[in-house]
This record gives sequence, structure tokens and C-alpha cells, in this order.
Amino acid sequence: MVSRRLFLKNGAFAFVSLGFAPSFLSRTALAATGRSKQLIAIFQRGAVDGLSMVVPFGEADYYRARPSIAIPRPNGENGALDLDGFFGFNPHLQALKPLWDRRQLAIVNACGSPDSTRSHFDAQDYMETATPGVKSTADGWLNRYLQARKAEEATPFRAVALTSQLPRMLQGTAPALAMSQIAQFGIRGGQGGDGAGASFEREYAAAADHLLNGTGKEAFNAIKMLKSTDPSRYQPANGAEYPRSPFGQALRQIAQLSKSNVGLEVAFADVGGWDTHVNQGAAQGQLANKLEDFSRAIAALVVDLGDRMEDTVILTMSEFGRAVNENGNRGTDHGHGNAMMVIGGNVRGGHVYGKWPGLAAEKRYEGRDLAVTTDFRDVFGEIVARHLGVSNPSAIFPGYSVQSSRYAGLFA
Amino acid sequence: MKQFVPFVLPLTIAVLATSRPAETRGPVDGAADKAGDKAIVHVLNRIAFGPRPGDVERIRAVGIDRYIDQQLHPPRVGDPGMAARLSDLASIGMSSHEIAREYELPQLQARRERKQNAEADQAGAPPKPDPLQQKANGVIVELAQQKVLRAIYSERQLQEVLTDFWFNHFNVDARKGRDRFLLTEYERETIRPRVLGKFRDLLEATAKSPAMLFYLDNWLSADPSGPHMEMLPPRVARGPFGGRVVVPGGPRPRPQGKNAPKGLNENYGRELMELHTLGVDGGYTQKDVTEVARAFTGWTIDNPRQGGGFTFNPRLHDTGQKVVLGHVIKAGGGESDGEQVLDILAKEPATARLIATKLARRFVSDTPPPALVDRAAARFQATDGDLREVTRTILTSPEFLAPESYRAKVKTPFEFVVSAARALGADVQEALPLVRQLQQLGMPLYQCQPPTGYKDTADAWVNTGALVSRMNFALTLAGNKLRGVSVASLPTADEVLVGDLSETTRATIAKASDAPQMAALTLGSPEFQRR
Repeated sequence: MVSRRLFLKNGAFAFVSLGFAPSFLSRTALAATGRSKQLIAIFQRGAVDGLSMVVPFGEADYYRARPSIAIPRPNGENGALDLDGFFGFNPHLQALKPLWDRRQLAIVNACGSPDSTRSHFDAQDYMETATPGVKSTADGWLNRYLQARKAEEATPFRAVALTSQLPRMLQGTAPALAMSQIAQFGIRGGQGGDGAGASFEREYAAAADHLLNGTGKEAFNAIKMLKSTDPSRYQPANGAEYPRSPFGQALRQIAQLSKSNVGLEVAFADVGGWDTHVNQGAAQGQLANKLEDFSRAIAALVVDLGDRMEDTVILTMSEFGRAVNENGNRGTDHGHGNAMMVIGGNVRGGHVYGKWPGLAAEKRYEGRDLAVTTDFRDVFGEIVARHLGVSNPSAIFPGYSVQSSRYAGLFA
Repeated sequence: MKQFVPFVLPLTIAVLATSRPAETRGPVDGAADKAGDKAIVHVLNRIAFGPRPGDVERIRAVGIDRYIDQQLHPPRVGDPGMAARLSDLASIGMSSHEIAREYELPQLQARRERKQNAEADQAGAPPKPDPLQQKANGVIVELAQQKVLRAIYSERQLQEVLTDFWFNHFNVDARKGRDRFLLTEYERETIRPRVLGKFRDLLEATAKSPAMLFYLDNWLSADPSGPHMEMLPPRVARGPFGGRVVVPGGPRPRPQGKNAPKGLNENYGRELMELHTLGVDGGYTQKDVTEVARAFTGWTIDNPRQGGGFTFNPRLHDTGQKVVLGHVIKAGGGESDGEQVLDILAKEPATARLIATKLARRFVSDTPPPALVDRAAARFQATDGDLREVTRTILTSPEFLAPESYRAKVKTPFEFVVSAARALGADVQEALPLVRQLQQLGMPLYQCQPPTGYKDTADAWVNTGALVSRMNFALTLAGNKLRGVSVASLPTADEVLVGDLSETTRATIAKASDAPQMAALTLGSPEFQRR
């Protein structure tokens, strides 16, 4: 058998690019990556209303600002789920409450961008590049992490987005894979299909077109590797039940990749529909339904990953929060600060981090929105440093001085 | 525009007859011919959705300049086959009012009845598919089929390219509520007839379209202190601990139906400046956003449930003075407030620049030459935003025909699918399978969620998963395995990729077992992913 050292030196591609799909591949990948850390990033696109997610029921101003859409105080019907006597979960985040109780889930509140934009497009861009105010940044921060932490044993599945298009966060010079259905990943075509695959591979391998050449190579390496794990037969562990929604299915496939030992290190999924300008609803309604799906999917992922959660962090984010006052359509307009969740075996959970600025009119950002007291780059930076183990994350956050003194203390 | 058809055909024949001696591009000079053909393919890849078998010869006969000029005047181009191709799609010619009556209202009625009959069903199992719901979704499915068919078969190719471009610029997502019933009329009446007209007209047409009013919420936006507001009477509500409490009536509006307008909504005001006109760096402030939103209060939809059109409702309108980008809009302007805002925005140099940049990006390259953008923007300002002239400036520029522009653009999935069907001369009896393929390829038609529209740069479309899907599509299409789509005589790789075939691709294709495989390896090749 080939020694592990040789394998690591040459990388998994040394085999797959020769056209072999060695049976020991998955075992070897496990040996190479078994203790590696995992980050699963979840983007709530459209700006989730953080004040309905993590409800500041201890603030009278919250109820004054939202006469028709506030989540009632705990203990009442459809009331918030008390977390610490001041904040409570939306009742539709019930599925995540056990993680809070087990201190595996932390919240960073009043978190966001120093940039004032209320454009979805720009704010998502800034959060994904981690360069607020700078649009010309070439790559996403997760891709810069991949660049900073060159892994010689990297497989094509080191960074995977369960989306049809690669998100900005993972775009950049380090390879990353986007696919919405892992079981369907491959060149089809019945008889002669294999021949077609090999022919396509030759075309792309020789292409002078740099972009298509590189992406083509990645594609064929990934196909071979995935084939060896037989993804169509996956059964979630520990009785985990994922919602049948696209988001639930995306997280199910992340668990599947994670447990297939194909070298998954960074995974990404997104979920839209949070842009609740009209009829947001309160404990029931549009937003409540979205949160139900969101929380059940994440809870299933945690159950399914089981022990693997010891090495895993799940991070949720959304481009900005929503205005404190409800608008004229029982909805909320674009705001500023928001809540992030950080979930994992080594997370110091059961605590709401971040200085709470309050909702009184004079405490608000530009007089209308939850102020930001934690720059999102401090959360990203802490995860990159303390969880993924990058000693100096400054290259990942250009134009920003990430300092451990500003870390919230999310990890033990 | 059917009245032009009898006139057009003789003209084309006349051009055919007269231009040949002048061009002298025959088999005499092989090298020059090849270079000329490459230029023709380039033009077809840019102002059309790629060449069909025989297109290169046709344009060689007419001449590139003449072809571009014809395409800039769609009514002068006969399109005799299109109507028959679209004849099965019942809803595509309907008004929003007819669509509401035929598709939306029956579904709403059925839903109400179901709700009354079976409240208990709601918590448990997922809802069963509802045939009326599916019929309602059929409106957007037919619209998508129409788009694919026009892109493949219309002779007015530039008009289709531009309709795709401008729809994307003024993007509306069909999944937002009622918008799936509104996009048919939006594309047909608002966008397509204006893609070569004045930008200001197109802008106002979109601003007043029910599709946009609904998508960006302006139909609900109202002056918070306007006459529609009333004091609420005290009401009994559920208290924080479950008991019942009396809530005093405040200066809040009385809801009049589920979505009654009750206050200012900035969504349209913001996207109008950020995406439709000035661009995000166009120099506006949050204050401008609010002022623009105030100006547009009262721009709403007449009888929305019946598919009604634009109406101005003075009761929702903020009558005060507004200041937008330093321009004062006097108090009491009513409906004209919004029109004045559009006047201001359409004249801003930043708008000319944004439109010029986006068009140049579509037609020339992801990073269009600044000098070309400057000229196109200048033309925009000199012609009061005449889109035919701005488009012409780009299409007749040396930059457009420069060899470095050839195959410089990566095709979007839509461009890829349509150009593949055209390259094979496919006979599409049913476009639905092609529509479904686009979903798979990451570009579901009429379902781009953000108001930004789909990206028009390579980085958004080149990734491993999408590339694999493209190769699979090539195999399916060329292998004649797509239901409702048949390909008869398959062209060779050289015919499809005229002059742009690499040695490896050529050799690989030559080794393929049969003609369908060869065609698949052509359509899935790196070369064919670009235009």
C-alpha cells in the first residue's frame, strides 16, 4: 500500500487524475483529514429580522416599536422561549433550544457591518468578501481562508457550496465546488457515457482557456472522488429528520459529504425569503414558517453529525437586520445590526454575546435601526483563528486589524 | 408588426442580390473567407443567440453592417414562422386582466373553499398538489417556453437579446406573490416594445407596471399622515401573559383588507436609483431614497385582484415638497412628482454611464474598454437616452469587432442552451424540457430573486457543478434524448465553431464513436461555452 506520507505529498489528485478511483481513497482521506475542523456557513439571504429571531422581550421599546408583529413575552401563548431572562428565541426556533440548553449554541447580537448600506446586494457582497465598503475585492473571505491555509491533502470537496452557483464567499483562486444535488454529480449518458466523460475531460485538460481549463479539471476530479462514496444510499444517523425543503435537503447533503470522509472542511448553504417588507407575521405567519424550516434543518444537521460536532462550527449570518419600527405594511424595512448564531461542540454556548445597545430611539443607528456593537469580521476572525486554527488571520481580512482582544470569547 | 412582412422579404432578396458583387467573399480567397466567417460568427454570438446552420452564408450575403442595421429595426425583419411556434401557449397573448380571470381567481376561489372545508388539515401532512395551483403556475411556465422559443427561432434576434437584457435590468421575480400573473404582460407590453426606444419611456413604463409596483412594494407605499389614515378605535387584544387587554387606538391606519397601504415603503425608491438608473455609486443618499419614495406615494395598482393597471391614488400621496439630488420638486405635484423624479434620474450622467457599461458588458466583454463606455454614455446623453443609438454605438464600434472580443464572453446558461439548440438546428415541438434544463443549470427563467437580475460576468457562471451540467445537457440534446426536441442532421464541429476549434478538441471529437457523440463533444467543449 502507498504510504500515507506519499499520499499526502502527492495529494489525492495524483490518483484520481490518472483515472483511478482507488478503493482506499476514502480511508486515506479520513486519515488525512479525520481531525480537521469543519465550518458550515449558512447565509440567510434577504436580511432576516433578528429582533424576531432573538427577541429582546426585556425591552419595553421593542413592544412599543412593533405593535402588530412583536413576539409576546415568554410564558404567554406563542411567547418567546426564554434564554436568559432578557432575550428569548422565537417560538419557531424551538428545535434549537436544546442546543442552547446544552451550551452548544451561542448568539452574537447587535452584530454587523460598519458600512451603512441597506442594499441587499451590497450588504451581502460586503459580508461575503468581509470588506465592507469595498466592492472591488476579488475573492470571498472563506476562499481567502482556503488560500491562507493551503492544505496539501486537499480534495475537490474541501470547500463545497450546496448551491447551483458558487457564492461570492467561496469565490477566489482556491478551488471550491458548487453543486445542488450531490447524487446527480457526474457525466450521464447511459451506454457510452463513460466514453463521453473521458473525452470531455481531455478537451478541458488541454483547453488554453485558463478559466474553463481549471474549472474543468476540478470537475472531473470531483466526479471520480464522489463516485467512490456512493452518495445515493445515504441514511441520516441518530434519527435525524430533515425538512423536505430545499434548505433541509442542502444541510442533509452537507452531513452526507461530511460523513463520507471526502475531505470536507468548509461547507456553505443559503436560504432566502427573509425580506419581509409586508405582512411579516408575528408568532405565526410568513417569518414564523421560515424560522421553523430554518431551525428544524439545523437541528437535524447537528443530530445527524453527532460526534462530528466536536470538530464542527455552524455559523449563521444575514446581510443586515431590519428596522426597529414596523413599517406601514405590518412588515419591516431594511435595517442594520443583526444576530448571528454559532453552534458547535467546543462553542461556549448558552450565552448571548455582544454589547446590547438597546432599542430606545436615541440608541438606534441613524435613529431607526439596531446599532452594531460587534463588527462581523471579529466573529469571522475568531472562528478562523480559534476554531480553524489560523494563527494570524490578518490576510483573510484585508484592511482590518483582527485583534484577539476584540474576540467575544466564543471558544473554550 | 405583421404588416411589414410582405415588404421585408423582397427587400432582403434585393440586398442579397446587390451586395454580393461588392463584398466578393467567395471560395476564391479561402483565408480571407475564414476570417470573414469568424467575424460573422462573432456577430451572431453577440447580437443573436449564436448561429444556426446556414446563418453564416446568409449574413455573408447581406454583409455584417447591413445585418446589424436590420436587427436594429426589428419591424423591418420578417418573422413569419414565430406565430406558429407559439400557438400552443394560450396565456402568452393575454392581458393581466384576462390572466387574473382565467388562472388566478379560480385558484383563489378553490383555496378559500378548501380552507373552509378543512381547517384541520393545515398542521399535518404536506398539502396535496392542487390542479388549479398547477394551472396558475402554468402562466409562468408558458412565458418561459415562449422566451426559449423566441430566442431560438425569432428572426428578430437582437430584439430578443435586448428583451432578455432589459428584463434582467428591470428584474421582477415571478415567485413574489401575484407577480407570476403579471410578468406576461410586463415583458410583452412594457419591455419588448421599448428596448430600442427612449430610456426615459422604458423607465416610466416599468415604474407604472403592476409587475414592478408589486415586486418592489410601491403599490403599498403611502404618506403616513395622509387622508387615508384614521385613528383606530380601542380594541381588545391578547396580553403578554395570555389574558385579554384593551389596546388604545393610536394614530394608526385602519387596515382595509390584508395589504392595505399604511405607510412609506422605500424599496422601489432605493432600487430605482441603485439598480435602474444611477448605480450604487451614483451619488445618492439615504435622504434621497426617502424623498424619492415620498414622490412615488400614490403610484399604485387599480383593482389588483382583477389584474388592473397603473393608477394614481391621491389619497395615498404625500403632497409636500421633495428634494431629490438637489432638485426641488414643488409641493402639490401629485402624480407628476414621480415623473419629475424619473426626469431627473434619466438625465443624470451616472445613469448614462450605468446603462452604457451594462450594454457594453453584454455585447463586448466583462470588462468593457473604458473608451467605448465613454462614447456610448456620451451618445446616451446626446440623444436623450435613445437606446437604439446607444446600442448602435456599441455594435458598430471597432471594439465590438476587435479579435480580442471574440469568444471573450462566457455564455450564461440561457445563452448556452439556446445557442446549442440553434447550432444543431433543433426542432423544438415542446420547450418545457429546455425550460427545466435551465433550472438545473442554475438559471431558472423569471425566477431571479434579487432585483439585481442575473449576473452577466463569467465568474457567476463558471463553476464545477454548472460545467458538469452543461456537458450533460450537451449529451442529452445531441443524443436526441430530450422529449419534444428533435435534432435531425447534426453539423460538424467545424461548422458549429467556425475557426475556433482547438487541435485537442478537434482530435477528441474525431475519435468519438458516432455523430451524436461528436455533436455532444462539440456543444460541451470549452470553446462552445464562450460566445
